Amino acid sequence: MVDLIYLLFPYAIAFTIPLLITSLGGLFSERSGVINIGLEGLMLMGMFVGALVISRIEGFTPGTAIWIGLLAAMFFGAIFALLHAFACVTLNANQVISGIAINMIAAAVTVYLARFITGSGNVQIIRGLSRQTIPLLSEIPIIGRLFFTQTYATTWLVLAILAVATFLLYKTRFGLRLRACGEHPHAADSAGVNVYLMRYLAVTISGACAGLGGATFIVTLSGEFNGTAAGLGFLALAALIFGQWKPWGILGATFFFGFASTIANVSQAIPVLAQIPGIYLKTFPYVVTLVALVLSSKSSQAPRAIGEPYDKGKR
Amino acid sequence: MKTKARVKKDFTMSFFAILLGMLAGSVLMAVTGNNPLEGFIYLFRGGLMNIERIGNTLATATPLIFAGLSVAFAFKTGLFNIGGAGQMLIGGLCATAIGLTFDLPKPLLLTMIVFGSLVGGALWASLPGLLKARFNVHEVVSTIMMNWIAYWTVYYIVPQYFKGPFLETESQRIPESASLKVPWLTELFNGSYINLGIFLAIIFVVISALILERTTLGYELKAVGYNRDAAEAAGINVNRNIVLSMAIAGALAGLGGATFYVGFASNMQIGVLPAQGFDGIAVALLGANSPWGVFGAAVFFGLLHTGKGFMNAMTAIPPEIADTIIATIIYFAATSVLIERNWDRIRKINFGSLVPGKGKNTLEAESGGDE
Repeated sequence: MVDLIYLLFPYAIAFTIPLLITSLGGLFSERSGVINIGLEGLMLMGMFVGALVISRIEGFTPGTAIWIGLLAAMFFGAIFALLHAFACVTLNANQVISGIAINMIAAAVTVYLARFITGSGNVQIIRGLSRQTIPLLSEIPIIGRLFFTQTYATTWLVLAILAVATFLLYKTRFGLRLRACGEHPHAADSAGVNVYLMRYLAVTISGACAGLGGATFIVTLSGEFNGTAAGLGFLALAALIFGQWKPWGILGATFFFGFASTIANVSQAIPVLAQIPGIYLKTFPYVVTLVALVLSSKSSQAPRAIGEPYDKGKR
Repeated sequence: MKTKARVKKDFTMSFFAILLGMLAGSVLMAVTGNNPLEGFIYLFRGGLMNIERIGNTLATATPLIFAGLSVAFAFKTGLFNIGGAGQMLIGGLCATAIGLTFDLPKPLLLTMIVFGSLVGGALWASLPGLLKARFNVHEVVSTIMMNWIAYWTVYYIVPQYFKGPFLETESQRIPESASLKVPWLTELFNGSYINLGIFLAIIFVVISALILERTTLGYELKAVGYNRDAAEAAGINVNRNIVLSMAIAGALAGLGGATFYVGFASNMQIGVLPAQGFDGIAVALLGANSPWGVFGAAVFFGLLHTGKGFMNAMTAIPPEIADTIIATIIYFAATSVLIERNWDRIRKINFGSLVPGKGKNTLEAESGGDE
């Protein structure tokens, strides 16, 4: 059993990380008051751009290609998210419909372009990110084996971003203003905050994070873009809600979901786990999110002004 | 009741959304070095050029009609059903299960399939309805969760109980007696996919229109959609209507699933959320949430989906152009404010002195503030 946990842990973490960064992106957007169910599409855009850029340049610069790919995915994720921001902030559109449109546009356009470029609709990369064991820290009993062996560099990058984001949201003026826009935009406006600008920034950040999440999935786990994010973006959305719109909450939620999904994915190969029906493991994240929503219905931590277009004239 | 001017306005808005969607499609075609005009000619010819293709257009439109009706019906009560895909899966699973389990004469079996998929979809969607009514859980979030629960349910149940002979990822083919395809119709349309589903769809368009416009139930559902508090004050049981509205929406989507999995197709693939569930949102928006509008919009999308294969064969344009156009239409439908804002100007150009109704879009009235 212990060996099994040691065996599964690196996979569970690798699965958690793309969810975590995408969910964190959702956190920025929703904390500023903009619902983002387009996370799936933003992630898919990151997968496509990441895979495309890496597959084109890895022949020339094998070492740095992955990092350039990740950066490009962040950049295009952010650009793509501007479409959502434009609809939600400037045009006061229905945020849910715009999010659905983002998902559908991403699914259609990325496959269209992939087919145009490669002919098949898939984009493969030859070399993904390699796993590394961290010297010294991996010697620590138990923790060392769980957390510091067989890790990806992106894991540490994402955890660093999580720490910075938490600091940014809760300890800086920018974070306070951003959260104020999601709680009471009119009050924020009266205090001199540019609500439109804050929401634009937040949605753009969410695009960059989700793009990074998609590309991370490509370079660590899948190795190819195949036209779908397979519900990862929605899983990240569930984690955001289950984590009650808090950074540490979503860290716990994504790990919880990541671990359950990993068990489900490998359960066929491991006799002990094969006894747990996969259907329970796979539906688990969504069921617990529904349960959490019911339980928290009286004291929901959701940003209060979420989903409301901000109208300056309406006070 | 919609005023004439309101209908005209809805129509113009839909027209603009389509125009912008096709414009986006043209840009994408041009960027990838193709001639948009040629692309569109092949796209439309592919959906219309002979009787077989017209049949296919209608067959592709059938599940879209149901998915669109489902979304539109919930919209009328101020609810946003984005769980159409999951409800279709469950409806399709019920239909497939019944078709593969029972060996009965075709009329009886088809009746059971229709009824089973209807009930399956209705039950699946009434849970988000209940959560909304009882705990105020936002239906957008809960229907998303239900979509993925349906996805994984089908993913595990189909291989376990209805595994096909060759592939792990699909169910057995349903027997001929369980298929909505009937020989006379297939022959009439020269071997097309068209099936009894299209008649079922038209019947339900009529039923939906009747319920919404002519019954107390429809009146109450719409009253809840317009103003929940006013409806409550008028003695309407709001919670009951919310659950009922979701159940009806689910029943419609479930039927759509049946027309897709045992009508258009003959088996179920696992690991796919049916795209029609989301296209249904575009259909409802484009059809201005009216049953006949939904019908028209669904046929239009059916045309795009049927023609894309032919276009792909004749030009170098990937078939995803159709999906791009539909997705762009949704985006512009969401941002219809842009058009609405300039409505007065547009109106003056087109219709002279007609005065548009002042009623706001039901969709915007429900701005999701109660999440």
